[in-house]
Amino acid sequence: MKSASVTIKNPTGLHARPASDFCKLANSLGCDIKLEKEGKAINGKSVIAIMSLGVGQGSTLQIRTEGEGEEEALNSLVSYFDTLED
Amino acid sequence: MIGIGVSTGICSGHIFKYEKKTIVVEKVSVTDTKLELERFNTNLDISEKQIQEIMINSNAEIAQIFEAHLEILRDPEMKSSIEGIITDEVINAEYAVKQVIDGYVTMFEAIEDEYIRERAADLKDIAERILNNLLGNSDVDLKAINEPTIFLAHDLTPSETAQLNKKYVLGFITEIGGKTSHSAIMARTLEIPAIVGIGDVFPTLETGDFVIMNGETGEFIINPDDQTVASFEEKKLALELERDIWNQFKNKESITASGEHIEIAANIGSAEDLDAVLSKGAEGIGLFRTEFLYMGKSDFPDEATQLGVYKAVLERMGDKPVVIRTLDIGGDKELDYFDMPKELNPFLGNRAIRLCLGHKDMFKVQLRALLKSSIYGNLHIMLPMIATVDELREAKELIREVENELKIEKIEVADYKLGIMLEIPAAVFAANILAKEVDFFSIGTNDLIQYTFAADRMNDNVSYLYQPYNPSLLNMIDFVSKAAHKAGIWVGMCGEMCSEVNAIPLLIGLGLDELSMNASSILKTRYMMSKINKKDAKALLDRALECENQAQVLALTEEYLGGL
Repeated sequence: MKSASVTIKNPTGLHARPASDFCKLANSLGCDIKLEKEGKAINGKSVIAIMSLGVGQGSTLQIRTEGEGEEEALNSLVSYFDTLED
Repeated sequence: MIGIGVSTGICSGHIFKYEKKTIVVEKVSVTDTKLELERFNTNLDISEKQIQEIMINSNAEIAQIFEAHLEILRDPEMKSSIEGIITDEVINAEYAVKQVIDGYVTMFEAIEDEYIRERAADLKDIAERILNNLLGNSDVDLKAINEPTIFLAHDLTPSETAQLNKKYVLGFITEIGGKTSHSAIMARTLEIPAIVGIGDVFPTLETGDFVIMNGETGEFIINPDDQTVASFEEKKLALELERDIWNQFKNKESITASGEHIEIAANIGSAEDLDAVLSKGAEGIGLFRTEFLYMGKSDFPDEATQLGVYKAVLERMGDKPVVIRTLDIGGDKELDYFDMPKELNPFLGNRAIRLCLGHKDMFKVQLRALLKSSIYGNLHIMLPMIATVDELREAKELIREVENELKIEKIEVADYKLGIMLEIPAAVFAANILAKEVDFFSIGTNDLIQYTFAADRMNDNVSYLYQPYNPSLLNMIDFVSKAAHKAGIWVGMCGEMCSEVNAIPLLIGLGLDELSMNASSILKTRYMMSKINKKDAKALLDRALECENQAQVLALTEEYLGGL
């Protein structure tokens, strides 16, 4: 299992487009993906679960990947957060 | 009665009252959970196919709504929760689906985020679709409509709206909803007149009742008398006739009856507005507001982002002029990432060119992007809120500085024009001096009226002072126009006044060279212009300049237009 921590910088947080785009990326990856915020962990491939997590600007998220290609998957998910602007 | 008009058009017809069957879901034990899981999964596939079919038959805007539905339908978490309930409780798929989706809806509706609350409506729509498929309920109700009707519903889901047959559904009315609800958006895209949010009318209306509705004003009348029907029909006919006539002016030049050309340009707020602008045959962009590049962001837009947008607009417009206004922000319009001190009187405060000249590093980024974009089209740079010639010279000095920097970097800057907005009375009466320094003027009537009459038009108590036809204002415009022409530069106008029918003959009489307005007013203005003789307009203006007040001017223009 690999994990990394990211802080959400964009004002909309992980709502709307960003949630949907993140989910599309997650679903294109073979391994299991979990997102954890304040002790609550959810399936990173579920757009419903991501939206219900309420990830606003300034939130810190733990991303965990497990399974085939977990390392590359984690890298691409982390770099997705770097591209978030609005 | 009156509701919220969300999609324009007038129509009349008999009501079809859509009483939605309440979906009854009972909790039933099953014997074979494997079979039940299969039934559920087959239904997911069916639902997916139905949505894809709607998407194929829809335009991009509607397809986007259903794209979000597909995403939810394929959600792995939702699927596994439903399957979990079927397996653990050994019960029917219907009950599990309802249980899970109802839970999400409750959760989403509690979140203080408009976007997520909208998703709750999507979830309900999806739940209905899956349940109807599972229960074998067909949507026969909607497709069975085979004669012209006005559709009345409590609410319409996107799925229901997509099923309405445009051939028979003349318009629709819903009890709830607002301007931005999905069904309102869809009505506009489908070009069906629609009224939403009329409140509780189900008890008073029955299928077969005759109604007339106006999707622009939100008015509708139940079982109207003959006279009312006749007046609605007349309005409808006039509206259609007018549209037909206007449409003939799409590809024509904007010329007066006596042959003078006056450019009709469009105001835009982003590159996305260009489709509408081009479809109405605008001869240029007279005002491109750049604020959107700065608003709702986490930091100032960088040079590359700005250049990309300017380039896109310039290229799309070809050799037609594009007037890009530099950042007009401050006071009332704040940026999250930019600390602007609170001001007692923001409209008279540090805004637009004043703010930009006080933050030259920020301003230079925009100027660099603008100058670099000059090679892609017919660029006109316009500075807002200039009050004195000193401000203008300071801005010009900065532009020269940026141009020199680009030269040193060996970056090409092509020919471009520089102009200013005339919206402050002090600048109006300095027009003779300012005209020698720039290539064009554009009169911004909204602010000029506000500053001339010292009245905030958003303040109901003083909004009566918003008087575009007051001779004081007309005399100011006359002064500006003469100063510009004496110096050999062109003068245009961007502001709401341009799109008013009564103003057109006056603006022609004033000798303006360009009028810039919202895309929707272009054809009407071009049509009106074609009927006006410049000599008559000039005579009308001379009389208007001598009037005592706005009412007298309006009486003159109405008399003139009535005689056309």
